[in-house]
Amino acid sequence: MEGLLKFITCGSVDDGKSTLIGHMLYDAKLLFADQEHALELDSRVGSREGKIDYSLLLDGLMAEREQGITIDVAYRYFTTERRSFIVADTPGHEEYTRNMAVGASFADLAVILVDATQGILSQTRRHARICVLMGIRYFVFAVNKMDLVHYSQREFLKIEKEIRKLAIDLELSHVTVIPVSATEGDNITLKYSNMPWYAGQTLLDYLETVNIEEGTEEPGFLMPVQRVCRPNHSFRGFQGQIESGTVQIDDEITILPSREKARVASILVTDQKSVFARKGQAVTISLNREVDVSRGCVLVADTELTVSTMFTATILWMDDQELMQGKNFLIKLGTKTIPASVMDIKYRIDINTGEQIATSKLYKNEIAVCDIATASPIVYDTFSGHKGLGSFILIDRVTNMTSACGVVEHSLRRSENIVWQKLDITREIRAGKMGQKPVTLWFTGLSGSGKSALANEIEKRLSLDGKYTMLLDGDNIRMGLNKNLGFEPEDRIENIRRIAEVAKLMNDAGLIVLTSFISPFASDRQNARTIIGDENFIEIYVSTPLEECERRDVKGLYQKARTGKIPNFTGISSPYEAPKHAEIVIDTGRQPLEESVRIVLEQLAPYLTDDAG
Amino acid sequence: MAIIYQTDKRSGITYAYEASYQWDKEKKQSRSKRTLLGRVDPDTKEIIPTDGRGKKRAGGSQTGHLDALEAEAIYIIREVAAECEKPVMLYSIGKDSSVMLHLALKAFYPEKPPFPFLHIDTTWKFREMIAFRDRMAKEKGIEMLVYTNEEGVAQGINPFDHGSAYTDIMKTQALKQALSKYGFTAAFGGGRRDEEKSRAKERIFSFRNSEQAWDPKNQRPEMWKQYNTQLHKGESMRVFPISNWTEKDIWQYIARENIEIVPLYFAKERPVVYRDGNIIMVDDDRMRLLPGEEIRHKSVRFRTLGCYPLTGGVESTADTLEAIVAETLGAVTSERTSRVIDHEAAGSMERRKREGYF
Repeated sequence: MEGLLKFITCGSVDDGKSTLIGHMLYDAKLLFADQEHALELDSRVGSREGKIDYSLLLDGLMAEREQGITIDVAYRYFTTERRSFIVADTPGHEEYTRNMAVGASFADLAVILVDATQGILSQTRRHARICVLMGIRYFVFAVNKMDLVHYSQREFLKIEKEIRKLAIDLELSHVTVIPVSATEGDNITLKYSNMPWYAGQTLLDYLETVNIEEGTEEPGFLMPVQRVCRPNHSFRGFQGQIESGTVQIDDEITILPSREKARVASILVTDQKSVFARKGQAVTISLNREVDVSRGCVLVADTELTVSTMFTATILWMDDQELMQGKNFLIKLGTKTIPASVMDIKYRIDINTGEQIATSKLYKNEIAVCDIATASPIVYDTFSGHKGLGSFILIDRVTNMTSACGVVEHSLRRSENIVWQKLDITREIRAGKMGQKPVTLWFTGLSGSGKSALANEIEKRLSLDGKYTMLLDGDNIRMGLNKNLGFEPEDRIENIRRIAEVAKLMNDAGLIVLTSFISPFASDRQNARTIIGDENFIEIYVSTPLEECERRDVKGLYQKARTGKIPNFTGISSPYEAPKHAEIVIDTGRQPLEESVRIVLEQLAPYLTDDAG
Repeated sequence: MAIIYQTDKRSGITYAYEASYQWDKEKKQSRSKRTLLGRVDPDTKEIIPTDGRGKKRAGGSQTGHLDALEAEAIYIIREVAAECEKPVMLYSIGKDSSVMLHLALKAFYPEKPPFPFLHIDTTWKFREMIAFRDRMAKEKGIEMLVYTNEEGVAQGINPFDHGSAYTDIMKTQALKQALSKYGFTAAFGGGRRDEEKSRAKERIFSFRNSEQAWDPKNQRPEMWKQYNTQLHKGESMRVFPISNWTEKDIWQYIARENIEIVPLYFAKERPVVYRDGNIIMVDDDRMRLLPGEEIRHKSVRFRTLGCYPLTGGVESTADTLEAIVAETLGAVTSERTSRVIDHEAAGSMERRKREGYF
C-alpha cells in the first residue's frame, strides 16, 4: 500500500497512547478548526484542568468517555505532505486483547509505548506478542514520559537494552526505538533541546519515511475467487483481489483445489482492460478454456499451496463462552466458508510470559495452538507463506459470533498418520463434523397412534435441514437384528435393550436417531434412557387415545386383537404405561399430520442445539 | 536478453516482452522470465509502454493510496454480493453516494451491480438532487428504489416544526420501514470513519439486531479481510465500504475518476437566508422565513447535501472541481459542521445510530 501507512498504537491508558497520537495531530496542524475547538471545550471538563488534553481527540464513544478508558478500536486518519496515515487506537488492558488484535490485524506497523519510569512490563510483551501473531513486521518502541526521568540518556539506554532483548525473544523484525514525551511533545514531530543525545528521527519523521514493503513480498501469483461474473453467455470472469505477485495475459494459471490448468485470456483491472495486473488490485480474470471455478477457489501460479482438511494453527479465542475441544464452527479462510472443528487444543500460550500451558479449554482473550479439521478439503498456506490464505476466523454456528481468529502454522497433511493415532476421535468431534448434536428421539405410543408417520416426516424435515439421521423402526430391526425375538415379556425387554444400544452407537457416530416402537412399559423406556444417556434421550409421547387408534386401525390389528386372534396386544390385552415425564407430548388426532410435525419440531428445536459448547 | 513479440489473436494487439534466460541447476534446463514492456503500435512499430495503472502516477505517494482504498472498497462490495442474501445500496445522492455508485459499477463490470439502490426521500431534498438521482438511475441502468414515510407526510412532519423528531420519522424510521418492507439483509452505506467520533469505532460490517439497532459494546471483531456475514432471520448488516476514506480522498477520487456529482456542490448564485450562523438555501416556497430574514442572492456551494432547510452552505466562488478540492483541502471546518443537526448534543450521532440511523 504505497503512500498509505496503517499503524496501531499499543499501550495502556497510563502510558499516554491517546495523548501521543493526539499530540501528533495537533502539532502537525492536522486538526480541523471545529475539532480543535471541541478539544479545548472538552478539556475544560477533562482531567488536565484547562490544559489541552490531547487524548480527548481519540476517545470516541460516550460510555468510554465517561469511564475514561478506550474500550474499542478507534480509527484516525491524517495526511502529511509525505504520506497518508490510518491509526488504529486500541485499549491496552488484558481484557481487551481481542480489540487490540482487531487493530493489529489491520496494521502494517506497531507503535508500542513504553513508560520510561517503568521500563518493559509484562503488558509490553503482551502487546508485542499480539502484534507478531497478527502479522505485523515493523515495530517502533516509543519510550514515553522522558520528561519524568529528566530526559536522562542513561535511563533511555537501559530501557532500549531491554527492548532489544525482547525483540530477540519474540523474533521481532525491523525494530526502532525513540525517546519521546507525549504531553510535552519531544520527538513527536519536533526535536526540542531536551534530548541532545538522541540523534535519530522523530516519530512522525520515521512514520513518514519507513518502507514497509521491504522484505514482505510473498512468492508467486495468488488470487482467491470472490465471485464469478457472468454478464452473458460469452463471458465468464473470475473476480477477486490479487494477494501476491503479478499476472499477465497468456500466463498459465492453476486452479485450486481442482489443480486444473488454463491460460489467462483477459484481465480487467476494475473496469479497465489490461494486459497486466499486480498485488492489491481488484481484477476480473477470464481463462482460455472452460474450467470449473467458483467462489472459494484460488488461482495461483509459481507457488505451492496446500489442499487438505487438517492443519495446526495458533488461535486467539474471543468469545465470552469458553472453547472446548471438538467444538464445531464455520471457518472463513480466504473466500471460503465451510464447517470445521477444533480437534485438539495442544497448549495455551501465556500472553504475558510466552509460557506453554496444557489445557483442554480456552477462555476469552487466550491464545492457543490447536489442530483444526475442516469438513471438506480447503486451500490454504501458512501465515508466514501467504498472509491472505494463512489467516482465518471461526464463526459460532448458533450465535454467529466471530469466536476466534487464527493463523495457520503448518499443514498436517504429511504427518496425518501420526496425528490420527494420537487423536482420540470423540463423539463430539464426529458430531462436530456433521454440525449437529446427536440425540435419540424416542417415539412411544399405541399401535396406530401415528408414531411412524410422525417419525418419518420429522426425519425428512431434519434431513432437509442438513442433519444426518437414522430411523429405527419395526421394519429394519425386527427383520434383522432382532429376528430371533418373539413377543413374550422377556423378548420385549431384550428388543428394547438392543434398540437402545444400537441408538447409542449411532449417536456416538454423530447421527440423530429416531426410534418408533410402541415400547409400552415405563421400565423398558427408563432402561433405554439409561443406556442412551439422559441428556441425549428425548421421549416423544404420541398420546393419541385408544378410541382414535382403534377407529383408524390402519393394519386391521385392533379388530384381530378384539377377536382374540392376537394375544398380548397393547391397549387391548396388554397394558400401555403412559409416560409421566415425556419431553414432548403430541396427540395426532387433534390436528393434521403437517401441523403435528410443526408442533413437535418447534418443541424439539432447543434439544437439537449444542448448548454444551 | 531479447525482445519477444506476441500477438493476442482476439484483440489483434501485439505485445512486446523482455525475456531473460537462466539455467535452472536443479531441473537442468533453461528457464525464461518475461517482463511486459508494452504494446506495439501497428503503424509506427514503436513499443508503447503500458500505463501500469497506479504504478507510477504523477505525484507518487499522494495518489497511490487511492488505488489501495478503491481496491479495499471493491473487495468489500464483492464480498457482500457473494455472501449476503439480499443486499441493497443506500443512495443519498450526495458525493459519497456518487463515489459508492461508481465503485459498485466498477466492482462488477462488465456486469451491472447485482442489487438495487435505495433512496430515502424525505420530500425535503433539494430539487436538483431528485433530478440528478433520476437521471443517474437511467443513465447507469441501475434499479433505483425510492421510499418515503407516507405516514409522516400525512402527519405533516416537517423540518421547521419538528426538529430532531423530523429526522427520526422521515429518515431513521423511513429507512427501517424500507429495509423491512423489501427484506434487505445487507445495506451498503457511505459512512466514513473520519466524519464523526462514534463512526470511527464502527466496524465495516456492522451488525444490526432484529430491531435494526447497533450495539457499540457488542460488535463482532473484524480481522484482516475475513468479514463475518452470518445472520439469523430478521437480523441485518450495514456495510461501509468507504469507512477508511477521508473527505480529501473522496474529492481526489471524484477528480481522478471524473465522477459526476450534483451541481449544488459547485458555487453558483443561489437564493439564501442567513440563520444561526448557517446559510440556508430557499429551494422552494415551503421555506419559512423568520421575522427579519430576507432572501439574498449569494454565490454559495454545499459541502454535504441533505434536506435543504437543514443543510448549511458556504460562501464560495469555487465552481470547478479543482477549486473545490483546493478549498476543501485547506478547509478549516470539518464537513459535518454544515449538518445543522449534529450540534444539538455531543454524542447525538451515537445515540441516533443506536436507534437505527445510519
